[in-house]
Amino acid sequence: MTNGATVEDLREWVRAFARRIESNKDLLTELDAAIGDADHGANMHRGLTAVVAALGDPGLDTPAAVVKKVGMTLVSTVGGASGPLYGTFFLRMGGALGDAQPVPPETLAAALRAGLDGVVARGKAEAGDKTMYDALAPALDALDEALAAGEPWPAAVRAAAAAAEAGRDATTPMTARKGRASYLGERSVGHQDPGAASTALLIASAVDALGADRERSTTTAGAAGDDSAP
Amino acid sequence: MVFVTWEVPAILEGTAVMKKLINAAEDVVTEALQGIEAAHPDLRVDLVNKIVYRGDLPRSGKVGVISGGGSGHEPMHGGFVGLGMLDAACAGEVFTSPVPDQMLAATKLVDGGAGVLHVVKNYTGDVMNFEMGAELAAAETGARVVAVVTDDDVAVQDSTWTAGRRGVGVTVLLEKIAGAAAEQGRSLDEVADVARTVNANGRSMGLALTSCTVPAVGHPTFDLGEDEMELGVGIHGEPGRERIPLAPARDIAALLLEPILADLPFRAGDDVLCFVNGLGGTPLLELYIMFNEVSKILSGHGVRIARSLVGNYITSLDMAGTSVTLLRMDDDLLSLWDAPVKTPALRWGI
Repeated sequence: MTNGATVEDLREWVRAFARRIESNKDLLTELDAAIGDADHGANMHRGLTAVVAALGDPGLDTPAAVVKKVGMTLVSTVGGASGPLYGTFFLRMGGALGDAQPVPPETLAAALRAGLDGVVARGKAEAGDKTMYDALAPALDALDEALAAGEPWPAAVRAAAAAAEAGRDATTPMTARKGRASYLGERSVGHQDPGAASTALLIASAVDALGADRERSTTTAGAAGDDSAP
Repeated sequence: MVFVTWEVPAILEGTAVMKKLINAAEDVVTEALQGIEAAHPDLRVDLVNKIVYRGDLPRSGKVGVISGGGSGHEPMHGGFVGLGMLDAACAGEVFTSPVPDQMLAATKLVDGGAGVLHVVKNYTGDVMNFEMGAELAAAETGARVVAVVTDDDVAVQDSTWTAGRRGVGVTVLLEKIAGAAAEQGRSLDEVADVARTVNANGRSMGLALTSCTVPAVGHPTFDLGEDEMELGVGIHGEPGRERIPLAPARDIAALLLEPILADLPFRAGDDVLCFVNGLGGTPLLELYIMFNEVSKILSGHGVRIARSLVGNYITSLDMAGTSVTLLRMDDDLLSLWDAPVKTPALRWGI
């Protein structure tokens, strides 16, 4: 998507996220069982299933409308702490996407960062608290750096995904300072944070949907329906 | 209604099957709400938004008081809806916070123009979902919402290194007292001040003799040996301060009271409301034995029991165990506690 992200690209990102959540549902729940309340996989799966269904609603014809709809649906269906955090991420991101179609890469990167700011405002998490922040923040830093260095968008998204995975893995030795895991204190050490794990899936899904090195029609909004297959 | 039993994995020997009075695990919250509606004609139930609310709402000029949280803690919160206590309660899935849409709907139902108090227990999910519900209400209707968060569990160290103390037994007392203040016609700021006073002067700690079994999970949340108990347990089966050998009620009372008394601290001459709560699977006989031991310790410290509450009010499904809450009282809190209340679980003065 060197020319930017179309409505269909963003839909495909969300659908790819839903597929990755579904295939990793049990792993996420297992991670959560160790340091939380064993429902992260089930909750995210319920939410993303509702999101995929909601993508068929009428009137979702702009990038902002699609992304805000994703946020509202997650808020209404996920529950726990993940619902407000993921919901706020997409709502704030949707609010920063602007009107240009397709969305230019720099605008998309700035919108993702607005989403991160929303997560921070909602969850009050900082680096090293053993939360989704520890995967999301490094991913967006890597994305910005790559774009600033003139890397093409697909390479920048792949760099973000690699940074998200590294950030996710770095949560394992951390002591949880937010959420239910924080009651465990030192006993949370040695377990990967489930929120960071699902966030790494979110960024990996962006590679699936937005990061491919492929020829694309250059295009006005809505004309890019060629990549909706898994 | 039928008994339903499930096979349990072999690793959970000694807990052969889950025995619960349910039809299907996925229907427990909805069917319990239908039961509340059938049993209590004064109350209404919104099954779509999973809200229990008073039938006489909204009342013009009265501050609305709502609460909510995961299910599995009954009678909290739905059993506290009625005259002199909550106007509405939002029910989440078992041990899972309700979502903002529910708090938005409840806020709209109860807002009589004087604003709405949200009573929120300090859990990460609950706090964020209530916050978003309040934001949606403000955006949609301009409703003025103040949230008061309870965090009375002394078993958790309150520091910037944790999500903070959990909201437990004080929540029940706060809902009664703030509800009475709202019923008297006090303003939103005044009702919120009373609520904050209750939270600031109350401390709790719990102890589990057994785990609980979440219906959708089908096996106990944690393993506790026949001769062990979990001191400082949370109301969702969260771990406590330590696992210790089973002990007589008098020792348990001391283990719970010492950290509570030291934390506020409570002093000789204080008047307290003493609340001995059951976690769902402990008989009232044992709770009164606990109350007797607690009263002896308080007497020894010169702390006077001005009011008492004994029973299962904030539970953890079928967990056996108890929690003790002390609330330091003043004249205002005493008169608000004594004010009439008519709910499924608390009822006096009517």
